[in-house]
Amino acid sequence: MLAFVLTLVLLLSIVIVLAYAERKVAAFMQDRLGPTEAGPYGSLQSVLDVLKLLQKEDIVPAAADKSLFKLAPILIFAAVFAGFAVIPFTPDLVPAGIGIGVFYLLAIISLDVVGLLMAGWGSNNKYAMLGAMRSVAQIVSYEIPAGLAILSAVMVCQSLDFQEISYQQGALMNQFPGLEYEMNWLFGIEALGINTTTIGGITTWNIFRAPILLISFIIYFIASLAESNRAPFDIPEAESELVAGFHVEYSGFRFAVLFLAEYSMMVLVSLVAVILFLGSWNTPLPNIGPVSLAYWTTGTVGEVSSILWGGFWLLSKTFVLLFLQLQIRWTYPRLRVDQLMHLCWKVLTPIALGVVLIAGIWRLLMI
Amino acid sequence: MLFYIFAILAIVSGAYMVLTRNLLYAGFSLLIVLLSIAGIYVLLFADFIAVTQLMVYVGGVLVLILFGIMLSSRVHDKSVLSENVNTVWGTLIAGLIVVGLSYSILKANISSLPWLQTTELNVLGDQKSTVQTIGIKLMTDFVLPFEIASLLLLIALMGAAYIATDKQKV
Repeated sequence: MLAFVLTLVLLLSIVIVLAYAERKVAAFMQDRLGPTEAGPYGSLQSVLDVLKLLQKEDIVPAAADKSLFKLAPILIFAAVFAGFAVIPFTPDLVPAGIGIGVFYLLAIISLDVVGLLMAGWGSNNKYAMLGAMRSVAQIVSYEIPAGLAILSAVMVCQSLDFQEISYQQGALMNQFPGLEYEMNWLFGIEALGINTTTIGGITTWNIFRAPILLISFIIYFIASLAESNRAPFDIPEAESELVAGFHVEYSGFRFAVLFLAEYSMMVLVSLVAVILFLGSWNTPLPNIGPVSLAYWTTGTVGEVSSILWGGFWLLSKTFVLLFLQLQIRWTYPRLRVDQLMHLCWKVLTPIALGVVLIAGIWRLLMI
Repeated sequence: MLFYIFAILAIVSGAYMVLTRNLLYAGFSLLIVLLSIAGIYVLLFADFIAVTQLMVYVGGVLVLILFGIMLSSRVHDKSVLSENVNTVWGTLIAGLIVVGLSYSILKANISSLPWLQTTELNVLGDQKSTVQTIGIKLMTDFVLPFEIASLLLLIALMGAAYIATDKQKV
């Protein structure tokens, strides 16, 4: 129960910061100022936006399917929030450390799709319906390259447990039960003979441990943009064609929940990318001889220092990826539906399949 | 206790699914059935099966069903409702199956089965999940059924691609 409240509070604060950052980044990229009035540099803008949304009238269209319309935002947010249950935030803080976390996450996110269909249908509006259809088609197709990219990381790590994958990517690896005698080699090639187990830092991150995962990281990142309906894959919400997509009929608190779910999805996919590819809560600084930077910036497991350092590294890496998402949104134009499907099925999926094969071979070099 | 919650949820929403006239509501109550069955799987220490169930049925099959219902819900400006046909035979066969199943379950006297008496409560042992055991079994004892299933899926995929292609008029 405590984990539930803590995660919710953390998520809300990240989303509020993110909503503010989105407006500021957009403004600076377009040579504007963005919000300036509320608070210093307009920093209270998103808090006030939320307050405004909470006060608004709750409108349920007369022709809508009332029960579905009301249930949909709850289902969408619940599906995304359930994904946070398996995310390890620090070396010894994970809401629910189950052994098949990665697989669970992939499955529970697919519940989101059902919620979108429910919202689109329940609104009884042709724009909402078209938006939901597009959104679902896009999410279901992009799950395949994303899943294959995750699979290649899982093959290299030999685990479906997020916490075990996290430990493998740092100097603390031998402290995880079951990994006491594991070794990390530079680039994952044992024949090179450079043991990086105690060096840690960036040399043991998955993209460095098995460089082929750099490609799967890029594939995953592109697919995750599509899964969270972000530009350049925001055709479900294409303002010029569909008004606002599946949430066109929502207002007030229900809209706030949908908005929160969309931003939580962005945070969740970035967190997963960080954990699987960018070293999770591990520090990027390696131990160099007597200067054990990695140990200094990791802290001792089980003490406050490790919680602070772990949380700091995880969140700062996540924010870098989130910033990248915002930047891409304001850089690239929207793809057409056929271009979207072309990219998914003819470009990303074949490359991802190849990467899975190479990741399997790489794993053989690692042992 | 948890088992009864999941079981009642599954039964109630299953009954609703069968009895409702609205196809879309039936689809959404199927979602609740699948979720509660996944919960029961978790209670049986079958975590992998539970998540696979979510992945395949909720993420794939159910979405396809809902898509189908939504795209075909208004044929000739008339909503499609599920109608009652074959009332007598349906009730009869369903009733017979229920009676047969209950009879055999009551007769089986499950709690005195020898293998149940000897198994330990700690089913998983040292492992954190059932994935490893399932993987090893699939690659050794059950490799032939596994491969045949994959072949079947491949054939289905090819069939779907063939049906979907534009046929060139010769």
